[in-house]
Amino acid sequence: MRKYILKRVLYMILTLFLIATITFFLMKLLPGTPYQNQDKMSASQIHMMNEQYGLNKPVWQQYLIYIFGMVHGDLGISFQFSSQPVSYLIATRIGPSLQLGIQAMIVGSVLGILLGAFAAIRKNTWADTLATLLAILGMSIPNFVFAVLLQYILGFKLKLFPIALWDNFSSSILPTIALAMMPLAETARFMRTEMIDVLSSDYIMLARAKGLTQAGVVWHHALRNSLIPVITLAGPLAVNLMTGSMVVENIFSIPGIGEQFVKSITTNDYPTIMGVTMVYSFMLVIVILVVDILYGIIDPRIRLSGSEVSA
Amino acid sequence: MADEKMNLPKDAFEPLKAGEQLNNERIAAPSLTFLQDAWRRLKKNKAAVISLWVLIVIIVLAVGSIWFSPRNPNAQNATYANLPPKIGHGFWGFSGKANVAGAVVDAYKQAGVPKGTYYILGTDYLGRDLLSRILFGTRISLLVAFVATFFDLVIGVAYGMFSGWYGGRVDNIMQRILEVISSVPNLVVVILMIVVFKPGIFSISMAIAITGWITMARLVRAQTLKMKDQEFILAARTLGESTRKIALKHLLPNLSSTIIIQLMFTIPTAIFFEAFLSFIGIGISAPNASLGTLLNDGYKTFRFLPYQMWYPAAVLSIIMIAFNLLADGLRDAFDPRTRG
Repeated sequence: MRKYILKRVLYMILTLFLIATITFFLMKLLPGTPYQNQDKMSASQIHMMNEQYGLNKPVWQQYLIYIFGMVHGDLGISFQFSSQPVSYLIATRIGPSLQLGIQAMIVGSVLGILLGAFAAIRKNTWADTLATLLAILGMSIPNFVFAVLLQYILGFKLKLFPIALWDNFSSSILPTIALAMMPLAETARFMRTEMIDVLSSDYIMLARAKGLTQAGVVWHHALRNSLIPVITLAGPLAVNLMTGSMVVENIFSIPGIGEQFVKSITTNDYPTIMGVTMVYSFMLVIVILVVDILYGIIDPRIRLSGSEVSA
Repeated sequence: MADEKMNLPKDAFEPLKAGEQLNNERIAAPSLTFLQDAWRRLKKNKAAVISLWVLIVIIVLAVGSIWFSPRNPNAQNATYANLPPKIGHGFWGFSGKANVAGAVVDAYKQAGVPKGTYYILGTDYLGRDLLSRILFGTRISLLVAFVATFFDLVIGVAYGMFSGWYGGRVDNIMQRILEVISSVPNLVVVILMIVVFKPGIFSISMAIAITGWITMARLVRAQTLKMKDQEFILAARTLGESTRKIALKHLLPNLSSTIIIQLMFTIPTAIFFEAFLSFIGIGISAPNASLGTLLNDGYKTFRFLPYQMWYPAAVLSIIMIAFNLLADGLRDAFDPRTRG
């Protein structure tokens, strides 16, 4: 087991290093300078600015400095926000994003598991059809359409929630629902298939033959065994939440890193784009690592065959 | 029983001539090919059939609007800006009336639109016909999705087949590469690609394709691994077929169901990504429009002119739902065992 974890961690570091390298050189390929009105600046001003941002050194030195700094948690200086370090920008903005992401993950997976299990128990009834329909809608309707719909109906027309604000818990409800729809749908579909599979297995028949109640069978045997493969969904869902956070944070004006990312893309703030890219990749790689290790613990076959379950 | 004499009439029997064939081995039902069989099962799935028809109608309308667009989707007319939907002389929601500060006014009269001229889905902030723009946008969205899916198909299938067929060390290295690529959040790659190559139909399609082929490659590899040891491949090898021919003529047709199912799931993902990118403002740029850019335009004024957002949103959602339902139906049709 230790060898397996070590191997996965090494892969993780290699992956992050590759991402950092690719991002760095992609950004170097980009045309244009970080300065808004370069024409008005004198040569010595540009020289000073280049020195401040470390842009006067050869590319390979900039690269080494970037990688070295990143290992120490230094992601460079933002072009856009009056010389703020990128790491500071991200640190102040990651809170709301994490809160939303975790809330959406919990709401989505818990409701999804319940809905999926419910549909599986009532297989081929109207309840099942309804649950499947809900899951299809949740998967198909883009989260930004859903976010706007919620904002318009619950926020603007019915005035139940703030439209676009970030202060207390009630302002996080709408964005959480909008973000949770996709995880909910995915989990429900996956759970339904797993649960139907489990419910038709021999050990469930044995449990029933022993005279266990329906609730006992479902709770103690079916649900627990169907939950194991659902863990593998964590990777894809994390990606999904990151994608979703960019638009949902924008729509609800939440000061998170998704909103920051979109802003830095539209303003060519390369150090921030690179920084947020690294943060996103880091989070995803960690989620995949945790899922792989968890799965390796639960199901030793995965570990031995060396295959992986990530998305 | 045994005591009773059996009285069976002689003419109840028909003598059979020696060597005459009987028909009892005949299979009455016509023998179906794999695709016919899948098609037969798909037809039983109502949701999938309806989705298929909906998609056909949408595609025909979107493509047809190249020649038969109600109006020019890019023609601006500032005096007719933000007209609400109206059909004929107006009925139901399509009355051409707008709610301005609590009072209902006839927006068409105010703008001085001549009688008999109406915009079925209204106009946008530049006075462009929304219906024409939605048709135009749908076309671009579908185009991006199909181009992306095509590259997905080519790269993913080739990579997967190569990796699975050669196995061993080649497979190992190729799979490690896949692992690394797949742990980069694909949205980040898409966005970086678009930041580097200026946004456009082709660059967006490429960006989506570059991240999308991985699942296809994995599925195809797994199937290839499973199939390459089967007898039909062995037979082809024994007969001296070249590897290329085996791959194209024997392996590929047997992979077709996996590929088709995966493609049907890729298309809605690509449509979503394009809409997403356009919505956050780094997608298709003017004067081109996609469903995403229309949504973005509509969102700017949706509190006061919600119809400008709802129609593109509805079209986008319907396309997504239809593709997902059809994909589900196809998966069940091609592989009845997966059916829950």
